Amino acid sequence: MTDTPLLEISDLNVRFDGERTVHAINGLNLSLGQGEMLGLLGESGSGKSVTLKALLRLLPPKRTQIDGSIRVNGADIMTLSGRRLSSYRGGEVSMVFQEPALALDPVYTIGDQIAETVMRHRGIGRKAAMEVALDMLMKVRIPSPERRLKNYPHEMSGGMRQRAMIALALSCRPKLLLADEPTTALDATVQIQILLLLRELQREFGMGIIFVTHDIGVAVEISERVAIMYAGNIVEEGSTRDIIRDARHPYTRGLLSANLHNVAKGTRLEAIAGAPPSLETEPVTCQFAPRCPNALPACEKGLPPFFVPGPGRRVACLLENGATAD
Amino acid sequence: MLVYLLRRLLYVCPVAIGVSAICFMLVHVAPGDPLTAIMAVDATAQEQEAMRAAYGLDKPLPTQYVIWLGKAVQGDLGKSIASGRPVAGEVIGAVQNSLVLAFAASLIAFPLGIFLGFLAGYFRDSWIDRAVTTVAIAGVSLPNYWLGIVLVIIFSVTLGWLPAMGAGDGAWMWDFTHLSHIILPAITLSVVPIGIVARTMRALVGEIYSMDFVQALYAKGLHRGDVLRHVVRNAAPTGLSVMGIQLGYLLGGSILIETVFNWPGTGFLLSNAIFQRDLPLLQGTILVLALFFVLVNLTVDVAQAIIDPRIKRS
Repeated sequence: MTDTPLLEISDLNVRFDGERTVHAINGLNLSLGQGEMLGLLGESGSGKSVTLKALLRLLPPKRTQIDGSIRVNGADIMTLSGRRLSSYRGGEVSMVFQEPALALDPVYTIGDQIAETVMRHRGIGRKAAMEVALDMLMKVRIPSPERRLKNYPHEMSGGMRQRAMIALALSCRPKLLLADEPTTALDATVQIQILLLLRELQREFGMGIIFVTHDIGVAVEISERVAIMYAGNIVEEGSTRDIIRDARHPYTRGLLSANLHNVAKGTRLEAIAGAPPSLETEPVTCQFAPRCPNALPACEKGLPPFFVPGPGRRVACLLENGATAD
Repeated sequence: MLVYLLRRLLYVCPVAIGVSAICFMLVHVAPGDPLTAIMAVDATAQEQEAMRAAYGLDKPLPTQYVIWLGKAVQGDLGKSIASGRPVAGEVIGAVQNSLVLAFAASLIAFPLGIFLGFLAGYFRDSWIDRAVTTVAIAGVSLPNYWLGIVLVIIFSVTLGWLPAMGAGDGAWMWDFTHLSHIILPAITLSVVPIGIVARTMRALVGEIYSMDFVQALYAKGLHRGDVLRHVVRNAAPTGLSVMGIQLGYLLGGSILIETVFNWPGTGFLLSNAIFQRDLPLLQGTILVLALFFVLVNLTVDVAQAIIDPRIKRS
């Protein structure tokens, strides 16, 4: 591990302007070390995907207001443009999408799609690029890779397509891989295979991964560290062990208990009451307070600061403020 | 691919037979006796019968159809009642003229329609998009015979730059005189396909650009030009089929436009055949046009199967 963190996001704000204003990300801070695997957890609309897209500068510039800073290996990526932006995307940081059936171009073969990326980034010829593509398909363990190279996405199964998507994302050896719910669209058995594959490739390539998911089980399975997002910001962060053992934020606890493991038949399933906020105005108070079983009067008065209950941890909740913590 | 081609060709047979039957019947269902136009006003019942027998109109309809079809397969579409010349020759001459006009109109319509549609789809919801949409709607909804008349008034009558009528003397050639005759009818005929192609391409390109894979293409570091190439390739199958159908319409010739410009094509021939109740000529022309349409559709389907891997070929 070197001294510069692989990724450093500070005070990131993303606002969508349109018929309806949405404050999607509100003052997000996040950092990731070289080769680290972080699980970014949250329900739909909490800003997980927006964070990833902001990282790749994929948000539509006309309708989006972004401020704050994002640094990858020390380089500011908010100022990148033109060729430098293109070589950053897919070269240094690349992304695996949720739905491989939609994220692959339907009228190009898998081989072409991988080779095209390799040719762009490494400036090598088509033949050499095809060899890289073949090599990548072998790395993600697609059976009979020579034949699959000439397949179109619709000729493959969902799991196979996701493997191909991973091969594509890793073909230029990125330092950071963004995985946007890569297993959500897949069958449970295939999910596990893909998770194991990602973990293995991460070790082999030594890259950092941000793994976005709404499934706490998946996050626990794959990551060393977990960050939980709610209403466009992180509410709790810590090592996976600590979070599982001793979740501090009421939202994290809610997520953990809303899980189906060890639930006897006939008992009532625990769910977090209420719905996430619409984020039409910039949050000035704790956004979880209206749904929080332990809310204090102070929660409605201002944004909670981060408390540090232990090494490598942070929690944005006033309950940590000593007074009411048990 | 060969199997697919053969199978498609096989499917054409029943369609062609059905088309020929409908052509034949439709004309017979229409009111009016085809022979009144050429028969003497004071012809006796006997003379009428003799005339009827001479044209084979005394036999029952199915028999007439089989005889007509049998001859049609050998290239004999009968003789025109009005002119007495073989229908096949008349139709072929007219088809050639309509083809030239259709070709000229597509040469204007397709590149322009594609260009405008791409522009509008790429700059969706901008002023460019609104301008293109307005032009496209105007193109589709303007009565084109009216536009033809207006163009004639401006460019032929007032300015005297271009001829207003006909296709020029003698057989068609790609020379200055003949080209000057084709400009106005070709522009007039191209207006509707420009609108249709532009609108289709706009919707198509806009839709493709909003698909997830386009974002994924940017995410893997492709440049704008690369992404455009992907979009074109995705838009091609649908764009092609829309243009194929438009080409089919153009080949059919436009009765209104060919009449306005006195263009000796199939549309002109059809309108003459209808007004003169020239049954064999009418049947022959409709049959040739319908078969043309079937052929164009076949070509488009095959071309689509070649460029779109999602269409099963086996």
